Amino acid sequence: MSDAQPIEPAAGAEWNSDKARRRVRRRYAANRRLQAYGIIAISIAVGLLGVLVASIVVTGYPAFVQTKIDLPIYVDPAKVDAEDPASGKYRSLVREALAKVVPGVPENQQRSVGKILTSDASYILRDYVVEHSDAIGKTITLPLALSDPFDQLYKGVIPKELDALSWVQVRWFERMTNRGVVAEHDGRTSLKLDVYIDPATVDAGPPPSGDFDGLARNSLQAYLPKVHDTSQFDMLANDAPAAIEKRVAADPAIVGKTVQVFFSVSLPYAALAKGEIPKITNPRFTDAQLEAFEVIEQKGLLRTPFNWELLFNADSRFPERAGLAGAITGSFYALLICFMLSFPIGIATAVYLEEFAPKNRFTDLIEVNINNLAAVPSVVFGLLGLAVFLGFFGLPRSVPLVGGMVLSLMTLPTIIITTRAALKAVPPSIREAALGVGASKHQVMMHHVLPLALPGIMTGTIIGMAQALGETAPLLLIGMNAFIPSVENMGLLEPATSLPTQIFSWADSPERGFVSRTSAAILVLLGFLLIMNVVAIALRQMFQRKW
Amino acid sequence: MLGYVLLLLIGLAVVSYFFARRRAIAAVQGKEHELHSRPSYHGAYVAAWVGIPSVLLVLVWLLLQGPVIDSLLLWSLPIGTTDGMSDGQIDLLLSEIRSVAAGNIFGEPSPVVQEAAERYQSWKFIARWAMAGVAMSVALVGLILASGRISPEFRARHGAERILSGLMIACSLIAILTTLGIVLSLLIEALRFFDRVSPVEFFFGLNWEPQIPIREGQVTAGGAFGAIPVFAGTLLIALIAMAVATPIGLYSAVYLTEYAHPKVRAVIKPVLELLAGIPTVVYGFFAVLTVAPALRQFGETIGVPIAPNSALAAGAVMGIMIIPFISSLSDDAIAAVPRAMRDGSYAMGATKGETITKVLLPAALPGIMGGVLLAVSRAIGETMIVVMAAGIIASLTANPLKPVTTVTVQIVTLLIGDSEFDNPKTLSAFALGLVLFLVTLALNVLALHIVRKYREQYE
Amino acid sequence: MDAKVEAQPTVRVQAPVVAAKKRDEASAAQHDVKLAAGGVNLWYGEKQALFDVNLEMFDRSVTALIGPSGCGKSTFLRCLDRMNDVIDGCRFEGEIRLDGDDIYAPKVDPVQLRARVGMVFQKPNPFPKSIFENVAYGPRIHGLATSKSDLEEIVINSLTKAGLYEEVKDRLDDSGISLSGGQQQRLCIARAISVNPEVLLMDEPCSALDPIATAKIETLMDELRDSLCIVIVTHSMQQAARVSQRTAFFHLGKLVEVDETSQIFTNPTDVRTQDYVTGRFG
Repeated sequence: MSDAQPIEPAAGAEWNSDKARRRVRRRYAANRRLQAYGIIAISIAVGLLGVLVASIVVTGYPAFVQTKIDLPIYVDPAKVDAEDPASGKYRSLVREALAKVVPGVPENQQRSVGKILTSDASYILRDYVVEHSDAIGKTITLPLALSDPFDQLYKGVIPKELDALSWVQVRWFERMTNRGVVAEHDGRTSLKLDVYIDPATVDAGPPPSGDFDGLARNSLQAYLPKVHDTSQFDMLANDAPAAIEKRVAADPAIVGKTVQVFFSVSLPYAALAKGEIPKITNPRFTDAQLEAFEVIEQKGLLRTPFNWELLFNADSRFPERAGLAGAITGSFYALLICFMLSFPIGIATAVYLEEFAPKNRFTDLIEVNINNLAAVPSVVFGLLGLAVFLGFFGLPRSVPLVGGMVLSLMTLPTIIITTRAALKAVPPSIREAALGVGASKHQVMMHHVLPLALPGIMTGTIIGMAQALGETAPLLLIGMNAFIPSVENMGLLEPATSLPTQIFSWADSPERGFVSRTSAAILVLLGFLLIMNVVAIALRQMFQRKW
Repeated sequence: MLGYVLLLLIGLAVVSYFFARRRAIAAVQGKEHELHSRPSYHGAYVAAWVGIPSVLLVLVWLLLQGPVIDSLLLWSLPIGTTDGMSDGQIDLLLSEIRSVAAGNIFGEPSPVVQEAAERYQSWKFIARWAMAGVAMSVALVGLILASGRISPEFRARHGAERILSGLMIACSLIAILTTLGIVLSLLIEALRFFDRVSPVEFFFGLNWEPQIPIREGQVTAGGAFGAIPVFAGTLLIALIAMAVATPIGLYSAVYLTEYAHPKVRAVIKPVLELLAGIPTVVYGFFAVLTVAPALRQFGETIGVPIAPNSALAAGAVMGIMIIPFISSLSDDAIAAVPRAMRDGSYAMGATKGETITKVLLPAALPGIMGGVLLAVSRAIGETMIVVMAAGIIASLTANPLKPVTTVTVQIVTLLIGDSEFDNPKTLSAFALGLVLFLVTLALNVLALHIVRKYREQYE
Repeated sequence: MDAKVEAQPTVRVQAPVVAAKKRDEASAAQHDVKLAAGGVNLWYGEKQALFDVNLEMFDRSVTALIGPSGCGKSTFLRCLDRMNDVIDGCRFEGEIRLDGDDIYAPKVDPVQLRARVGMVFQKPNPFPKSIFENVAYGPRIHGLATSKSDLEEIVINSLTKAGLYEEVKDRLDDSGISLSGGQQQRLCIARAISVNPEVLLMDEPCSALDPIATAKIETLMDELRDSLCIVIVTHSMQQAARVSQRTAFFHLGKLVEVDETSQIFTNPTDVRTQDYVTGRFG
């Protein structure tokens, strides 16, 4: 050690040199950069959460109101037999009532105008009349839901008219304008394009023949070389081939040459060239329907009350009539079973492992098992339910009992782990005190430790239940996505659906109205989850003890 | 019926509790201190003997009743009825008999079925009452035997506590039974699958077309079970998810542990955890509703065609779901690095950034790796997002803009609406499930091992 | 084991003799103040931890801070390189001058300051990196080496000065955590001196070490004192007596007395100091 070189005192000036200062600035910049990355990462994560919630809320909230028409209906005794009200001619009653509100609809359009109302309209009327038989012979005003497209139209979700051109098409046309090929010709907006009259495809005639359409397309394509989308050709009006044909007829000598041809553009583009925004009627509606709808709207018959049917109706093929009652009931039954199984079993397991179990291979095995079960993909639990509960034990498909059993297997690890944590949090001094006055180990457990740990256990259980409420895949596999049009016959051993599987089914449905129903269903599901979590947190806060 | 039987048994147990209590008190003429155990323990002991064996019997009875009646029914059918029928057809016949018995008659059932249905009806009736009778007698026998033991010296507390311990051990076994159930059911069905399709084709084949003719004579593709494209698709989507989640999660964790003011941290951390609490079906819908169209639009703008069910959309949304896993596990790992390391680094004149990148992150690396592995296992096993947002057709591609399919998607699509396990199509789902289970299990065990080693290092 | 412990006193008795001799030589030369604390008050949240501390620490000498647990000596030490800045809710008042410049002045950058004032902690805290990387950490972040060979030179020099090089020269790539406790602490010292600090703060550097390792570190301090201002917090009065030239006694966040070490231990002026050094409390 004696050969250690003397340490030269660091020159204080060195730290103040420009070079050193620059270096320190750079180092601080790197530090700020890292901090900025962190802020950016968090902003992205929180922003994505925001986008998720916002897009669900924006699409979902219209489904919480439903457009209804207060339609006065004369219940004609000639069409409804008071003795047997169930088999009246309700369809024609509804049609007549609608015809009274919107008179003068031609016979061949009546069917299509009738589609403004929900397809269930006649059944709603029937159910009403069956219940109120005194309505026969009177005029009643029944609020009927509008069918999905008109519901959406009234809420402003879908427009009456659409842009005729996509913005990409608009950009193509802009590009053509910039290249100076858009010109007025014969009073019509036209494209002045170079056309190579290919002798291979054109016969000069007379009369001239050949693939003029192809030539016109090729000439347009030459101006939009990077576009590979046939919708570009909509730019040319239908007479484009004729324009070439006319030129060839006028001068057969141009075959084999490149000539400039004026092609008039199609109507939307002509409007675009005039600075208008070209529109077309939304193809989901016919003109007759829109006219009738306007009449109804002007008569003030439409309202948008809160959509209680979303919560109290069961599923339906028609989005305007579909509700969540079946799904909520199914989820409730499944969760009930799940709770009844996993709560006692979970607590018993946790108490045994935490308080009674000897430390040996066997209990180690149980612990490892529990930890691994917590990480098994949920779809595997679905396979288990399918193979064991349905296949081996022969329990019925699609029923909440099996759903609840599968969910309870998934929830068990959560409950066991949180219960053990809650038991651990009870200080040993309490156990010792109780043992000291001569209580048995079981008595200590039942009288002291469990009551003290109960808030923690409840919190964990509610969180486990919330997870179970959101599980979808295992329920799909055991078929708990049945179509349930009525809640009347639901039970533990009857086919059912659940909230998440209902969301899945609706998300798969092609009708536009199910998009917002799906979002609304998600909001309902998130609402339930929120309530459960708030209760869990409140429990924890309320009973939190400082030892 | 079942409900009433159970209620009756429970009621009987409650009644026998009070009965035994009273009897214990009577046995010492009201001088309770002469009893070895408090009267309520006598009650509990007897109630347990009344309730537990009888309820267990009912449950076992229920599980066995269906299969037993089914086989009796088949056996009772006129000889030759089921000759030459496949398992599936027999099942169909049984369910027809059952639905006729339940009163749902479609068309004109054959006399054989009608007769069998009547038999089924009466057997079920007999079975129900037999169950009720047997259960009640078991309960009564329990009552008589157990209450016969009541005496001042009887150690009822020990008995009751032993029963309780037994119950607790039985409950603990459920975890093992579940694992066993998973392994056995997957293994058995997978082996049945490998009976029909060679494992070599499954693990190395490049062609996945499981749609095989269900009815004879139906014209479809022959069915091919090469799972490589499915595995590759799973990996691709998991990779995209990790590429989204790892940087965001890691940088968030770094910011939250080292830079953020405690108040900011207290707000942001739960908000990030909200992402983990959202059900995956919601993410799936989000992918379909918002992300995929947005990506498509973006692709159109820059002139790149993006499939509506591209791997990118599904993977990106899955990445969002995984962010909280990575951030909270990294958070834990970084926070577990001892304060002394931070002090040592700051005392050397390191900036916060240098301390993080040169000391804390390398020190926390094993913990972070463990978290990433757990997240990968999560991504591979995630189902609903991919079922809704990814493709169904298996194609072998590394292009994230094209649709690919995953193991979980195949499991769900193969099994939805199909409960017969007698064709390779449905059985292949179990083979895929087995692979999925083993891979995620291995990843979890590895990850937990790494994390545990890491924790020990600083304890 | 027992035999070893028995053997210790011989080693430990030796050290003070050497120290005492050196101190006499040194005391003549050293009178330039390196660090000067003036009116230092410090709060952790609402609780005041230091009360109006005024203390001068000389260059090329060892100043020992002693006192009972919780007396604020470690807190004061951490003020000297602004390590308290890292702690939330910590408030500082007063001034500390390094070569006459206040280190708490707004323009002073704690990052640069800590390169000039090194610190060694109670528990050895090598980074979970190789031995080489541990020592190279400081030079790297401060950009002291322009080339790889430069860096190697600095690392070898620092390890040599810390008396560790001979023991680890064949395994510089091994993890720093694989060393023994005493070696780890010397590694931390090597790490601290790798950036040529002017002051070395040591916070009970030997409290986690066995007597042999302690003796080695005490010898090392004696050597380092030739070129550094060393401030050491210690719980052991014997250690203070062995290694330091001046000793400051802290009690309840206040500086009670500061003087030549020999003076403090043989003839303290304050009664509290007397009670402490004679072992009546603490």
